[in-house]
Amino acid sequence: MQLNSNIPPGPLAAKWDDHKFAMKLVNPANKRKYRVIVVGTGLAGGAAAASLAELGYNDESFCFQDSPRRAHSIAAQGGINAAKNYQNDGDSVHRLFYDTIKGGDFRAREANVYRLAQVSVNIIDQCVAQGVPFAREYGGQLANRSFGGAQVSRTFYCRGQTGQQLMLGAYQSLCRQVSAGRVTMHARTEMLDLVVIDGRARGIVVRDLVTGKIESYAADAVVLASGGYGPVFYLSTNAMGCNVTATYRAHKRGALFANPCFTQIHPTCIPVVGDHQSKLTLMSESLRNDGRIWVPKQPGDKRPPNQVPEGERDYYLERKYPSYGNLAPRDISSRAAKEACDEGRGVGPGGRGVYLDFADAIGRIGVKGIRERYENLFDMYAHITNEDPYQAPMRIYPAVHYCMGGLWVDYNLMSNLPGLFVLGEANFSDHGANRLGASALMQGLADGYFIIPYTMGNFLASNKQTPVDTDHAEFKRVEAEVHERVNKLLSIKGKQTAMSFHRRLGKIMWDNVGMARSEQSLQKALAEIPALRDEFWHNVNVTGGGQELNQALEEAGRVSDFLEFAELLTHDALDRDESCGAHFRVEHQDAEGEAQRDDEKYMFVSAWEHKGVGQKPERHAENLEYETVHPSTRSYK
Amino acid sequence: MNLTLHVWRQKNAQDKGAMVMYQAKDVQPDMSFLEMLDVVNQELIAQGAEPIAFDHDCREGICGSCNLMINGRAHGTKGHGGATCQLYLRTFTDGQEIYVEPWRARAFPVIKDLIVDRRALDRIVQAGGFVSVNTGGAPDGNAVPVPKVNAEMAMDAAACIGCGACVAACKNASAMLFTAAKVSQLALLPQGVPERAARVRKMVEQMDEEGFGNCTNYYECEAACPKQISVLHIARMNREFLRSSTVGNER
Repeated sequence: MQLNSNIPPGPLAAKWDDHKFAMKLVNPANKRKYRVIVVGTGLAGGAAAASLAELGYNDESFCFQDSPRRAHSIAAQGGINAAKNYQNDGDSVHRLFYDTIKGGDFRAREANVYRLAQVSVNIIDQCVAQGVPFAREYGGQLANRSFGGAQVSRTFYCRGQTGQQLMLGAYQSLCRQVSAGRVTMHARTEMLDLVVIDGRARGIVVRDLVTGKIESYAADAVVLASGGYGPVFYLSTNAMGCNVTATYRAHKRGALFANPCFTQIHPTCIPVVGDHQSKLTLMSESLRNDGRIWVPKQPGDKRPPNQVPEGERDYYLERKYPSYGNLAPRDISSRAAKEACDEGRGVGPGGRGVYLDFADAIGRIGVKGIRERYENLFDMYAHITNEDPYQAPMRIYPAVHYCMGGLWVDYNLMSNLPGLFVLGEANFSDHGANRLGASALMQGLADGYFIIPYTMGNFLASNKQTPVDTDHAEFKRVEAEVHERVNKLLSIKGKQTAMSFHRRLGKIMWDNVGMARSEQSLQKALAEIPALRDEFWHNVNVTGGGQELNQALEEAGRVSDFLEFAELLTHDALDRDESCGAHFRVEHQDAEGEAQRDDEKYMFVSAWEHKGVGQKPERHAENLEYETVHPSTRSYK
Repeated sequence: MNLTLHVWRQKNAQDKGAMVMYQAKDVQPDMSFLEMLDVVNQELIAQGAEPIAFDHDCREGICGSCNLMINGRAHGTKGHGGATCQLYLRTFTDGQEIYVEPWRARAFPVIKDLIVDRRALDRIVQAGGFVSVNTGGAPDGNAVPVPKVNAEMAMDAAACIGCGACVAACKNASAMLFTAAKVSQLALLPQGVPERAARVRKMVEQMDEEGFGNCTNYYECEAACPKQISVLHIARMNREFLRSSTVGNER
């Protein structure tokens, strides 16, 4: 299969402007004749549905939550990057582009990332106009904070709730279009399959989560903005409902899945306390500005932290990376914490934790100073752990946080299936092998507000569609398959719950396909996943019926997809025989344990084609060409 | 620790519903309340019984999905200052009896067990809780300065997670705090000013139409709010509403 990224010709800085002019337009009077399906109502999906409706298209918008305002974008804490250079500190579109490409360990497309940096400035303007209450300086100007992986201050924020506020801005724009009649909102409705007719995405099959009814929707194009797949590891910072179903079902219908092994493990999360744990909570990266990370030098040292003398502590990030110290990037900090715990030097119950100590900072700026900077985070920590972080150091440990991989898309954000567009975390496009902080919000909104409104018009204007409706035989066939899968899940009546299978899958993935991957561990996972999947289909117990609200059934459906997708992720991790960004293969490290990239062999995007459940998927490659930036070894020492 | 739960079970909107007793055995003080319900549900499924249906998602107090009335208090123990998902079992005592019910309000019909339909809140926002600005063409973000104190007050109001605890806690089932939070946020920012009169009128009208009650200043909403949104925003909404009757639709 030939993958065409459709990157426009011309110099990097002119590509998007030239492309916008070259793209075809749909006459305003004709826009209302088109129907677009948008799955997901987070930053990308909400922004896309609102912006497309403003242009005059008819939208059908879907979310599984009870309200579009609850999509998981709402949980993002830190901020959103934009190359505004309001601080006069040397920021520019080119610098944001460069930082993002480097942060991604040279595994992202230059053209996409450059466009992202260009539209970043429009996002801030748009959000301000919507009434997003960004933090301000006393003179009334927008405030900025610093974030990892950058030497300029370009992050805009709303306290520790930036995702929530940007999300509500998009939600309110969506509400306005619902009230104008151009968006039909389907909440508590889950996409269960994609319908492809004559090679094009023409609709979806959904389940109404209240009535259990399985229904079809037809359209001229389908937009998936259904988020990432972090919960394939079971425990993650994602919401409980986050799932891979929409993108994975599209993958099974022919859409290629790109770089699924690029999963980000965030270094600062509250450690696991017991088997009952359902999710992990992130503590913002900003804490590493003042906190010092350490473990005892001696393995098995069980003394309370205040009884470990200074000379017997190992501030390992400061020791290994003197120039970045505690602010080393996420992938590097996470691996260093794992190493310390693997050596038996971890702290807290179970020994999977490291200290994040504020004693020095408290000595320097006092409790009051710390309270001003981090009060809400300290409160959150105290609330969850019942410990006082002003008295004793916090304990933290890495956790699955974000997925750089996703469905493959071209420059227009269209998958290899014409008419299927993929936005936000659901696509693979901009973050390469590692995402920098405050860049997820930027990408979701860039895709939804400023890219899809243009590329959708171009697609509709240049592709004559034959009208289809849901009576088409293909819709009926896919509906029947969805019914069959639902009925199968309900009929097994085994002994184990879907959650118990999900936990076991998560353990296989975390132990073998987590922060450090080896050929051996990946082969082990490839043997264990199909066995677990087989057991699931013989021994899962789903109570209740299909014609009602049934959360056990919803969960079982999502877990069944994770059980297939996990294998794809592992194949990708095994195939990529190098270390890059968040993907660390223990075979590829230098004498000091640093990741070794192999640009000669792996300077490409892996795009996987589904070949049947349990069959090895086929890998296609899109070569990455660097015309502006010269890939170098990332060094933070 | 062991707990005795009395949980509202209701098969669907038509069913009458009743409290049913369950035992939560050997649960840990470090578990969240929802994780305790997970344990109970896993046992129910193992016995072939239907698990208790409840809304939840982010489990860190920001999405606004979870909504349990615990021992008569919206989101649980008084003053814990968070959503249901941020309530930990260490706030209960071993052997305690706990009553778990859905939000009760005419505008929030029960769908199943502890799950209610809160779309009325979405419809209040659809009535006018936005700034009418299309994507593209916005002026530079710094073109209009916003006084820091106004931005902070707007943010205090905007922190609302839309859970509906204010409605559930209010003896009138009033949605004034929810509605006021949005009216207040947008009235405090220059971008929201052109539509402020029409906005407050439309949102209040929709709020009444949905069957929410009126405010009689009990302040239960503020006490139950997981984001500590102040009733002062209700006062601001009342002023905005009064003001809107003295100006034309456009101002």
